[in-house]
This record gives sequence, structure tokens and C-alpha cells, in this order.
Amino acid sequence: MNNNLSGIHAQLRLAHPGFALDVDVKLPGRGVSALFGPSGSGKTSCLRCIAGLERSSTGTLVVNGDCWQDSSRQWFVPPHQRPIGYVFQDANLFAHLSVKGNLEFGMKRVPAQDRRVVWNQAVELLGIEHLLDRMPERLSGGERQRVGIARALLTSPRLLLMDEPLAALDVKRKQEILPYLERLHDELDIPLLYVSHAPDEVARLADHLVLLDEGQVVAQGPLHETLARLDLPTAFGEDAGVVIESEIAGHDTDYHLTRLTFQGGDVLVAQRSESVGHRLRFRVHARDVSLTLERAEGTSISNLLPVRVAEVVTADTPAHVLVRLDAQGTPLLARITRRSADQLGVTEGKALWAQIKTVALLG
Amino acid sequence: MEIPALDDASLSAIWLTLKLASITTVLLLLLGTPIAWWLARTRSRLKGPIGAVVALPLVLPPSVLGFYLLVAMGPNGPVGQLTQTLGLGVLPFTFAGLVVGSVFYSMPFVVQPLQNAFEAIGERPLEAAATLRAGPLDTFFTVVLPLARPGFVTASILGFAHTVGEFGVVLMIGGNIPEKTRVLSVQIYDHVEALEYAQAHWLAGGMLLFSFLVLLVLYASPLRQGWRG
Repeated sequence: MNNNLSGIHAQLRLAHPGFALDVDVKLPGRGVSALFGPSGSGKTSCLRCIAGLERSSTGTLVVNGDCWQDSSRQWFVPPHQRPIGYVFQDANLFAHLSVKGNLEFGMKRVPAQDRRVVWNQAVELLGIEHLLDRMPERLSGGERQRVGIARALLTSPRLLLMDEPLAALDVKRKQEILPYLERLHDELDIPLLYVSHAPDEVARLADHLVLLDEGQVVAQGPLHETLARLDLPTAFGEDAGVVIESEIAGHDTDYHLTRLTFQGGDVLVAQRSESVGHRLRFRVHARDVSLTLERAEGTSISNLLPVRVAEVVTADTPAHVLVRLDAQGTPLLARITRRSADQLGVTEGKALWAQIKTVALLG
Repeated sequence: MEIPALDDASLSAIWLTLKLASITTVLLLLLGTPIAWWLARTRSRLKGPIGAVVALPLVLPPSVLGFYLLVAMGPNGPVGQLTQTLGLGVLPFTFAGLVVGSVFYSMPFVVQPLQNAFEAIGERPLEAAATLRAGPLDTFFTVVLPLARPGFVTASILGFAHTVGEFGVVLMIGGNIPEKTRVLSVQIYDHVEALEYAQAHWLAGGMLLFSFLVLLVLYASPLRQGWRG
């Protein structure tokens, strides 16, 4: 983060009856940042404040060097003058306009010289060419959401805000949209601030994570660091785990396996179609990691990594502990019973072997 | 019985009525839209009192409304003083006076459908428009007005029809001057007073049919439907 010129710095407060938001959030000016937390934690309110949709919010907001709000100077840039794109939870398309009309609405209000996202790019990226003449009412939930994303993109925003764009969709539709979001991430250089309460989406898409609870920031930082922190209240609960960036090292065609390599070692997964060198992100749940004193022989688990214990804390139940492990630079989490921890003598600095039962590939 | 054709007096009453209703409806749409928008959006404590004032003609006897308008617009009333100062004379017993009376009388029939339509739109399309670079006025014309179309259709039809059916207020402030203030409802009254039942039938039957058709359009027309693709 280049201090003030690139990135978002939001110090915002908002009081509604029965709810108060008080956050100090610093986000990088590129990549995907996720605002994560349980419902009612203030994720959406925070996003709305950044968009300028909450007029009663107070504080300061600086985006890429531009001050959008400074309550001490009575300064408030109204939402229509902020160069943002906003994707609503349920798309919020204009019912009186066709898909084409919806897409043009924002685009034609942006001066021609400021249009960096061109029509074909947005329409093709979201795969909505065949929908242009339809009215929103005749779109499926997934199609509506894709139109909503394209509509926001066509304003050539300098910051894209998404409020749980997948929350209203079933699993199948989610799978339909996620690849488009990944393409956004990969193909467009627009920083994205993404609100979600689904750990899978965050693990798959985000580079940077802000954890919110009851209107307060609990933690923020790069995704893999933040996920591996143990001092956080169990925001992910049973889903605690880490995300690891890896690269395809090779394929074993006999056994139909693919070897993924990363800083701390490598793992075998079911064969992938991508070629060697392709980057893949995967997730290891703490509950899927068990620990042994020696390198286990005669086990069906083939993913074994030498690790060192970095930290041990109580998990979400008194019966369990969460162990933060260091696999030669890559953090891992293991959730084991307190009894096992005592029997193994798990203490800081101890060398152990981690057995990974399951690896969840993201993307 | 041979039915006589409409006499000249009746024809001019019909023409005057249509003119009055058209002008009143246009004025009401212009005046009623901002009032309805304000009532739909405001959190002011004045919302209740102003909403009640707008709705008063729904429950007041027309003669009461007409009486106060007559007093206010008369030579000694505040409005009368103003119009005289401006060199416009006094409004009672003129067509302009009828228009003013009708605007008050039909106000709730225009404002309430509009207010309902604006309230039904809610906050969300406005927020979408704001995030798509549309300022408040831009949003009003390109998002609110099209989305409130059913409300405008209802408001126009009700405002027009209700003005056509006006009687009490007209008698109080307009009297019964041929070609100036003698509208249909008054003309029917005159025919009946003069025992010209055949003429009265023509006009009364016409009014009945007109009112029915108006309500039929209102209840069955696709114009009133929302945006369904």
C-alpha cells in the first residue's frame, strides 16, 4: 500500500437504533478485499458508507488520494459523484428498462473520455450478449446478478463495491457467477471491495480480509495472514482454516493425481485439467489437519508435511485446541482435541508432522 | 317519445366542462407531483398536517369548501385583495375562479395515487441510480417518473373524472353563467328544474356512461399495470 495515494482509508461511524458501526479500515488500492463477518456485523453498512449511501455517517474517507468524506469540514461527496460501481445483493435492476437500458444508464452518464471499460468487454466478460433485449423480470437470479455487475462495470469505476452478490443465489447459480468474478479479478485492474458471510467465497476470491463483528473491526490484513491468526474470535468457527497459493508442479496420469507445490511443500490432489505452472488456490480446514510425532507410515493419507508448532490456543469448544503451525514459511492451522495435544506434547517450537486429510481447491 | 337532440346550452356546457377538467388535470399534475413527492419522502413533522389538508376535500361537503373559497377570493378576502392588486379583478363567478376551485376540490384524487406510487417505488431504485452517476433531478425524471407511470395514469383519470363531476363547489363560487361557469352538472340541474327531462336524460345518461368507462379503464387497463416486460 502506497500510504495515502493508493488505497482506501475509512474511519467511519454510523449509529442506527440498535446498531452502531465504528470502523477504521485500511485497504489496498488493488485486488479483492473482503469484508467478512456474521450477519448484523456491519459489513453492508460499512460498504454503504463508502458508497455514500448512508448520509448520517460521520468520519473521514479517503480513496486513492481523494477525500470523499470529512465530517470535520462538513465535506461529503454525494454518491452520484463518487467514481464507484455498486453491485447490490439482489442486483436492483431498473424494472422499467431492458437489460440494454440498464447497462446504458450508468455508462452514458460517464464522460466518453473517462470510459475505460468498453461495452463489449463488459458484456462478454459477464456472458450477457443474448439477454440485452430482455426486461429484468424475465431474467433468472443469476442472470440478473451478472447484468448488475456489468452495469456497475460500465461506469468504469475506480472502486467496485459488491454487497453479497451471491447471497440470494442457490449453489448452482453461485457456481455460475464465481468464475465471472474471478475473471474480473484477473482481467480488470479495478480494486474490488466484497462483502460476504460465506467463508468459501472469501477464501476463493479475496486477497485482503477485514473481519467485522458487532460494528467493529476485529482484524484486517492480507488473507493468508489473517486467516491463520489464532487470536481472533472464532469467526469461521468449524470452518477455521488457511488458504494457500500454489502452482501445478506435475500430473501423475497413472493415478490421476496432480501435484501442487507451494512454499512449505507439496500436496497431491485429484487430477486437474490445467497445465503445469498454472496457479491454483486451495484451502485447508483446521479440522482436516491431524498431527503425528513421526512421519506416519502405513496411512492412507498421502499429504504429509513437516511443521513446527507456532502457537496453541483454545478452540471454539473446550474439548479442542487450535494449533498454528509453520510449514517452512506457510502457515497451517490444525484443530485437535486438547487430550491429543497433551499426549503429543504440543508446545511452541515442537517439530511435528501434519497430515492433511482433504484439500479444498478454490477455482 | 321523440328524443330531441342536444340543445346549444347543453353543448356549450359539455365543452366548458371538458375544458375545465383538462386544465384542472394539467395544473394538478404539475402542482400535485411535487406535493406528492414531498409527502412520500419527507420525515418532517409537517407531513401529517399537510397530508390531512390535502385530503380534506374527500370528506368536506363541497359547499363548505366552496363557501370558504368564495370568501377568500371575494373582494374582501386575502386572495381577492391580491388578485385585485395584481389587476386581475376578483375570481368568483369567472372561469378562472372555477379552475382554482376545481384544483382544490380534486387535489386528493391526484396527490394520493401519486404519493402511493412514489412510496411504492421505495429507496432502492434511487440508490441504484445514485451509484450509476445520476443526480437527484436526473433520477426523478429518468427513474421515478417512469416507475410511477401507473400512479400518473390513475391520478390523471381520477382528477379529470372528479372535476367533471363537480357540482357544489361550482355553484358556490361560479354560479350559473352560460358559457362561463355553467358546467354539465349545473346544466343538468337547470334542465330538471325546468322539467326538461329529455335533455336532462341526455346529459345525465352521458355522464353515467362516461363515468363507467373511466372506471372501466382504471380497473382493467394495461396502462395501470407495472413494468412486466
